[in-house]
Amino acid sequence: MKRALPILAVLVVLLAAIAFVNPFFLEPAGFLAFAKRAAPLVILAAGQYFVIVSGEFDLSVGSLVTAEVVIAARLIDGEEPATWPVIALLIVIGLLVGLVNGVVTTKLRVPSFIVTLGMLLVLSGAVFLWSGGAPRGALSEGFRAFGRGGLGPVPWSVLILLAVGAAAIWLMRADFGKTLMVAGDNERAAALSGVRVHRVKIFAFMLSGLAAAVTAILLGGFAGVSAQVGQGLEFSAITAVVLGGVVLGGGRGSVLAAMAGAFTLEALFTLLNLYGISGALEFTVQGVIIIVAVAAGAVRLPWKFTPRKGDAHAAS
Amino acid sequence: MLSMRGIGKSFLGVRVLSGIDLDVTAGEVHAVVGENGAGKSTLMKIICGVHAPDEGTIEIDGRPTSFGHPLDAQRSGIAIIYQEFNLLPERTVAENVFLGREPVRRGLVDRTAMEQATERLLDELGEGSFGPREAVKRLSVAQQQVVEIVKALSVNARLVVMDEPSAALAEHEVELLYRLIGRLRERGVAVLYISHRLREVFDLADRVTVLKDGSRVTTHPIGEVTSDELIRLMVGRDLGTYFPPRSSGVGETRLSLRGAGNHKLRGIDLELRSGEIVGVAGLQGSGRSELAKAIFGAEPFTEGEMTPSRPRSVREGVALGIGLVTEDRKAEGLALHQSVRDNALLVARAVGGKDRDGVHDLLERVRLSPPRQDQEVGYLSGGNQQKVVLARWMTMAPRVLLFDEPTRGVDVGAKAAIHDLMRELANDGMAIMMISSELPELIGMSDRIVVLRDGRIAGTLPAGPSEEAIMRLAAAEVVS
Repeated sequence: MKRALPILAVLVVLLAAIAFVNPFFLEPAGFLAFAKRAAPLVILAAGQYFVIVSGEFDLSVGSLVTAEVVIAARLIDGEEPATWPVIALLIVIGLLVGLVNGVVTTKLRVPSFIVTLGMLLVLSGAVFLWSGGAPRGALSEGFRAFGRGGLGPVPWSVLILLAVGAAAIWLMRADFGKTLMVAGDNERAAALSGVRVHRVKIFAFMLSGLAAAVTAILLGGFAGVSAQVGQGLEFSAITAVVLGGVVLGGGRGSVLAAMAGAFTLEALFTLLNLYGISGALEFTVQGVIIIVAVAAGAVRLPWKFTPRKGDAHAAS
Repeated sequence: MLSMRGIGKSFLGVRVLSGIDLDVTAGEVHAVVGENGAGKSTLMKIICGVHAPDEGTIEIDGRPTSFGHPLDAQRSGIAIIYQEFNLLPERTVAENVFLGREPVRRGLVDRTAMEQATERLLDELGEGSFGPREAVKRLSVAQQQVVEIVKALSVNARLVVMDEPSAALAEHEVELLYRLIGRLRERGVAVLYISHRLREVFDLADRVTVLKDGSRVTTHPIGEVTSDELIRLMVGRDLGTYFPPRSSGVGETRLSLRGAGNHKLRGIDLELRSGEIVGVAGLQGSGRSELAKAIFGAEPFTEGEMTPSRPRSVREGVALGIGLVTEDRKAEGLALHQSVRDNALLVARAVGGKDRDGVHDLLERVRLSPPRQDQEVGYLSGGNQQKVVLARWMTMAPRVLLFDEPTRGVDVGAKAAIHDLMRELANDGMAIMMISSELPELIGMSDRIVVLRDGRIAGTLPAGPSEEAIMRLAAAEVVS
């Protein structure tokens, strides 16, 4: 919680700025609409967090989301009864892609940056080949409800987000999360204490794949079927996580802060939109954030290293 | 030449130094001793301009000075030689010496001038074993230290600060260091010498300053203090008998090896028994650490027998009740950015141990001070870090605990605490194996000493052997 405070403060400021321009934002309906829009990215960022905190990257989630949506539309093809089996299949695919990413990264020792970049290309190529660039089929009403409908005034996506958020926080407090964190901080020390480093890392990749599947389910209903639906989401997710103060390279940062980072990013986009700044700038903004956030972390380096050298900070 | 008055410094509201007075005169070797956490490193960093003091004044040759940057200190003639050298391994000696200020002629680096100047300084130090064109990666640690000193001299340093310079050196290399420091003294260069090793302080220093808890306790000419007095001043109490008494009760065999070996070890026969501390001696590269890692399962034995069974992985080792306190705490032991609690619970979490609340008692038992669980481990002193590693293994109540250099980089007070704990654990029935390159520790602690040479057991000695007896077994050439 303490680690999430800075980003939560930024988020509050941005939300206040949005409310200032657009008072509707303060009403429950206005805020819920924002939360609904943010939910897919927040969930994706939570998944990405697990991978980043273990010291790896997952660049494949964007094209995984696209692939999932395209597959869902084609397999469901408007048939209501196909909804649940296909959802189950999407989740299995997400976990499977994560499993492959994780196994290749750990067992074959290929850097995850390369593995998941390769996976990004494999998936987008496969989607293109399969759909010919124009996805066929249609989602069922039941499928779209996750992205559009709600329980009374509260959108399903917000409820799903709350469940995912709670699960993510719980996981990070459980033995899995604690050992994952140590594996990201000092892999060798973790291994020499009996941590199954490969296994926890593979599990982290699978969580990221799972998050991509859930994101795809929400986005399919919310944004509709297209071959561009997941484009660039991997970078948005990484930006969000870094914005939340999670250190690339692993071992530091909280999942709550990563999710708050995703909310903040979404709020920033909303604000830019309200001021009539082109959506085309979104990538530029993300790029600047990533560089600045990582640079800000790097600037602290000398300070960070002092305790390692010896006893400078040891007196207490 | 250097005079500091009333130096104080705080980090994040924690007071690390207060009211430090320190004078260093030209041509003097001035030792600074103190436990880890006493403030030695912080003081050094202030002298070298890495940190700015919050209060107090620094004068050089009577002129008040303030360093905003390490370069300011360098221009004032102060050079520091860190424990870890700042050398580029692929570059030559001369290139390293003149790094960043290469002599230039017609827009090109003047290699000849650079190499001649380096050669001259090497000669002055009486160092003939390597030349200025040698690549640094080919040099031994001791020779690299020479390069660092040459570098310091080439900027006309008048004060050289050395942080634990002997820590990385082998016994015979320390003599070279002594000689170098002698040369520096002859040239009128002042040396500020930080070390845990009191013998070196007595061999080298003209005066010694004792720091404790961020304050200066005293400064004495070296002839006016004894080793025991220094220790008492550092820890604030009389250590008396340095090592805990040996136990008498050796119990059942917990682990035994018959002809065990792997790529580094051959034909190891060894028994570890309940209640006993077995010391392992040997030179660098004799296979000491490999023996511990093989028993533990991290680099498993590939041949021979081990009872109760031969672990093929760390997890199998842990399941057999074997724990390993590794040699290198920072690289292999701790997750420095995680809390004390998360580090102490690592093994329990990795293998699904159930008792999580007991960790508080364990941290008290290992005498972690203060026993705060939420502190980041990276901020602790070496001794406290080692106690956290120890607590981590105690969570699983091991049957056999292996220690690889348990007190390296640990201050005197924590050292005694760790020794006491090891004996306590043995008395509780644990079988303990301790690797150490510090012979007094090995002799003082062990009930039996196994000496390794070239991956084999060269011999076993009963409790309390002489240093010579150990060295005779460890070094092959003395055998004849």
